[in-house]
Amino acid sequence: MPVLKGKELRIVGFLCNWCSYGGADTAGVGRFNQPTDLRIIRVPCSGRIDPLFIMKTLMNGADGVLVSGCHPRDCHYAEGNFYARRRLEVLHRFLPILGFEPGRFEYTWVSASEGQRWQQVVTRFTEQIHKLGPAPKIAGPEASATLRQMEAVL
Amino acid sequence: MKIGVFVCHCGSNIEGTVDTAAVAAAAREFPGVAFATDTMYTCSEPGQEEIVNAIKEHQLDGVVVASCTPRMHEQTFRRTVERAGLNRYLFEMANIREHVSWIGKDREANTNKATDLVRMAASKLLHNRPLLSKQFDINKRVLIIGGGVAGIQAALDCAEGGLEVVLVEKTTTIGGKMAKLDKTFPTVDCSCCILGPRMVDVAQHPNITLYAYSEIEEVSGYVGNFDVKVKKKATYVDWDKCTGCGICMTKCPSKKATDYFNEGIGKTTAINIPFPQAIPKKAKIDADFCMKLQKGKCGICAKVCPSGCIDFTQQDEFVTEKVGAIVAATGFDLFDWTVYGEYGGGRYPDVITSLQYERMLSASGPTGGHIKRPSDGKEPKNVVFIQCVGSRDKSVGRPYCTGFCCMYTAKQAILTKDHLPESQTYVFYMDIRATGKNYDEFTRRAMEEYNAKYIRGRVSMIYPKGDSLLVRGADTLMGTQVEVDADLVVLAVGAEAAAGAAGLAEKLRISYDSYGFYMEGHPKLKPVETNTAGVYLAGSCQGPKDIPSSVAQGSAAASKVLGLFSKDKLASDPQVSVVDIKRCIGCGKCMKTCPFGAIKEIDFRGMKKAEVIETVCQGCGICTSTCPQGAAQLQHFTDNQILSEVNALCQF
Amino acid sequence: MSVSLTYAYYPGCSSTGTSIEYDMSSRAICAALDITLTDVPNWSCCGSTPAHTVDHTLSSALSARNLCQVASMGLTAAVTPCPSCLSNLKTAQHRMKNDSFREKVSKLLDKPADITVETKSVLQILVEDYGIEKIKAKVKKPLTGLTVAAYYGCIMNRPAEIMNFDDREHPMAMDNIMTALGATVVPFPLKVECCGASFGIPRKDVVMRLSGKLLDTAKEMGAMALVTACPLCQMNLDMRQEQINSANGSKHHMPIFYFTQLMGLAFGLTEKELGIDKLCVNPRTVIDALGMEGNSKEKSQ
Repeated sequence: MPVLKGKELRIVGFLCNWCSYGGADTAGVGRFNQPTDLRIIRVPCSGRIDPLFIMKTLMNGADGVLVSGCHPRDCHYAEGNFYARRRLEVLHRFLPILGFEPGRFEYTWVSASEGQRWQQVVTRFTEQIHKLGPAPKIAGPEASATLRQMEAVL
Repeated sequence: MKIGVFVCHCGSNIEGTVDTAAVAAAAREFPGVAFATDTMYTCSEPGQEEIVNAIKEHQLDGVVVASCTPRMHEQTFRRTVERAGLNRYLFEMANIREHVSWIGKDREANTNKATDLVRMAASKLLHNRPLLSKQFDINKRVLIIGGGVAGIQAALDCAEGGLEVVLVEKTTTIGGKMAKLDKTFPTVDCSCCILGPRMVDVAQHPNITLYAYSEIEEVSGYVGNFDVKVKKKATYVDWDKCTGCGICMTKCPSKKATDYFNEGIGKTTAINIPFPQAIPKKAKIDADFCMKLQKGKCGICAKVCPSGCIDFTQQDEFVTEKVGAIVAATGFDLFDWTVYGEYGGGRYPDVITSLQYERMLSASGPTGGHIKRPSDGKEPKNVVFIQCVGSRDKSVGRPYCTGFCCMYTAKQAILTKDHLPESQTYVFYMDIRATGKNYDEFTRRAMEEYNAKYIRGRVSMIYPKGDSLLVRGADTLMGTQVEVDADLVVLAVGAEAAAGAAGLAEKLRISYDSYGFYMEGHPKLKPVETNTAGVYLAGSCQGPKDIPSSVAQGSAAASKVLGLFSKDKLASDPQVSVVDIKRCIGCGKCMKTCPFGAIKEIDFRGMKKAEVIETVCQGCGICTSTCPQGAAQLQHFTDNQILSEVNALCQF
Repeated sequence: MSVSLTYAYYPGCSSTGTSIEYDMSSRAICAALDITLTDVPNWSCCGSTPAHTVDHTLSSALSARNLCQVASMGLTAAVTPCPSCLSNLKTAQHRMKNDSFREKVSKLLDKPADITVETKSVLQILVEDYGIEKIKAKVKKPLTGLTVAAYYGCIMNRPAEIMNFDDREHPMAMDNIMTALGATVVPFPLKVECCGASFGIPRKDVVMRLSGKLLDTAKEMGAMALVTACPLCQMNLDMRQEQINSANGSKHHMPIFYFTQLMGLAFGLTEKELGIDKLCVNPRTVIDALGMEGNSKEKSQ
């Protein structure tokens, strides 16, 4: 479905199964209202998230990408989120060099019990993306060729 | 692929804010979708039957259910599609309840979002492959952490069920908080008399290995095959030789050691056995107070010990135990009430905790069962109980109700009258929460038969006035201030997560809430399971509980372990990483990053390659995002599968 | 001292009248400790109790005006001896953290309200910025033999999240200063109880009861004098002590000092500088009983 014009922007979330996805569930169970923009992709661990997923998501026209995992030290797989933290931090610093506004990507930690925190994270990040507005899209007749080229570079 | 999509109403839970029929209609246009419908309750029997029938009727080879969170019903629906002859991994869920209908009321936006989530699930499903489990051997031994009443119950039930049990207890004796209690509510029977025999059973059971004064150092492995490193802390006493005769205690000249068992009411000797019924009944030296260990002089205990078991050079020891399941029963600690400046913050000796009072009531306690004021040893006449100290109080970060304080306060009020017939008790309470069998009747008895004066209101201040304490509070029913001259004030201190609970959770890889209590697998349906396979919970480590609930959970955890071990082999989760040998360049990065050592190096026609040990792999996928070649791919979460979800979203 | 402490000094209205001795002694001891107090130019009343009971915005504007005056001095910290003034200043600052509230205040001031100035009490700078150990080093005439109870009143430490000073139920700042001066401090359980405050005007009986209890308890604990840090507390206990006696049938004769006065005495300042003669309950016997060790020695030097 296309985003609802004037109402929503395209925000994609990558959430680890054990903590943050659970935290988003807890927020749901608690009926903590949130903006509707976010679409969540479930991954087993934040350590599973390849920074290229985020690049690809942004290149394909997402207006914001949010990553959330277990709090450092609480990883279900012992150390996955340590890898995630390093990779994502490096990516975050590289974004402006690659021509993306760094505010369009954020990573955070939310545990399965932190429903309220999840609500705050989503609300704040969505507001942040709405302040930035829609991301510039790769468009025009050459669009798909350009995308392919960019992907090849990555 | 022919995909069937089932959009659940969940009664009005989803349908209330999502147009499920519209979602199903939109889904029919998605690539691969051959059938789509909306149903009232997909998880119900007719709902599941509908899926089975549709698979058969439309020759579906993949199913998407859009309903609740996969953490709730993924397993349910996997079994459903399996019943219809499909591989259980040719199934995807779209979470349109917790992530859509429950968090927003905008029907248009919700319907749109739900449709997106179904599209993502369907496009991922196009890349799903059938996966098959492997069988692996399990070690039918169980580790139980914590020797309180919940741990004891779990240990005995497992041992009776024929399992080998390793019970690890942090202090020198099992029994936990219950062993410190004088009586139990609502029957007022002797706590030690009902727990004592069970403690003895633990000691004597041939299937139980008890490590007292020990802690968990390290946990590795996975369900069926955990390796647990246990630290046996130095007691400076050779327990193999110690007979528990107690002669050392009578001769030890250092008599000012903190008496932890008696909650600091009174002192004990540096070498001590905490209480007569201790299991194991072995002595331990408190190094902080031992003259020999502190100053190098003394050693009297070594001279008088008839079995020669004192060893001042003893060090911590480590043992490794192999088990297949773990039960955490680590209990709770008391809230540190000294943050309440208005109750004196610990400055007034005659303001004590409920557990200290309990030790005072106990015939085997430091006062021999006589109620005496700590300040001057006099018998109190007016005893004031204050409830909800560290419970239901946001200002100290404890907004939850501990749940059992109302009951033990009533019990203590009754016992006070039994011990001191001339006494008068006052109870300041917020609400009486007596929601168990015979509980409310019990609190009523405290008021009506034992004349405890219940005052609904909080205490604003306690201060010394002459010989006694002035307790000032509100009586919210009368709308007045009340002042009570108290000889002794007993604080009904609430429960908090045990010290070190978070550290143990990290070792066990289980979650805990913001107060440090362990998270159960599901708040309703999996009360003793965790999200880590093979790790179970019992008792107050999951949240404050009274004795019957703790015992029930101990048994429940044991039944879960017995159920797990009823099979000789377990099926491995096939959502594991697989290395494509053609793409692997043998760089070894995956082996370095794997937290489980699940990737080994193999030789393939003279070339170095990586290979995943299927039964060891836990499916985190760290190797997949580490591999520079995309050779390691976590099954069910491959790059292609995740990117297909991205593409489903970002093509507009 | 390497760096001298400098503060904008906001005396508050009481300091110009009923508690002039608090003002005098505060200035005197700060001078003795090389703490520079520069008066806030053209300061106005904080609004005291009446203002904030009528209108929060107007009340905050009064404090905000004074804070702007402080900022215009180029100083970042303001100090006042009066806990009531401090409470108003801090409450205004707390409310102005809310942007829309601050805008309303700014509108009344015709300029943007300042949010940078730090506000503290004289007691607070002495214990937090100057330090007990250094105070101890300045003592020339220890108050040996003097047994006091330190009385903080309700608002010196509360509400804790606004005042952000010492313990809300069991403050020790003045106790520690008194101990450093050589006095004996009794564990006074009512140190943060209310004295009755401004009820002295509409409902005198309330003050008689509450302040009477303070005096009774202080006496019971063996205190020879009460030490206060608040002009209103001091007034209720000191000026109204005779009224309390006649209302309650008690016979108190308990001097009520400002803690700054006792500090001054211990530093060897004259009674005149400290306004000792302004106290209603005559402290003569208590001061004389001290003997003021070291007096004679100093004279001989």
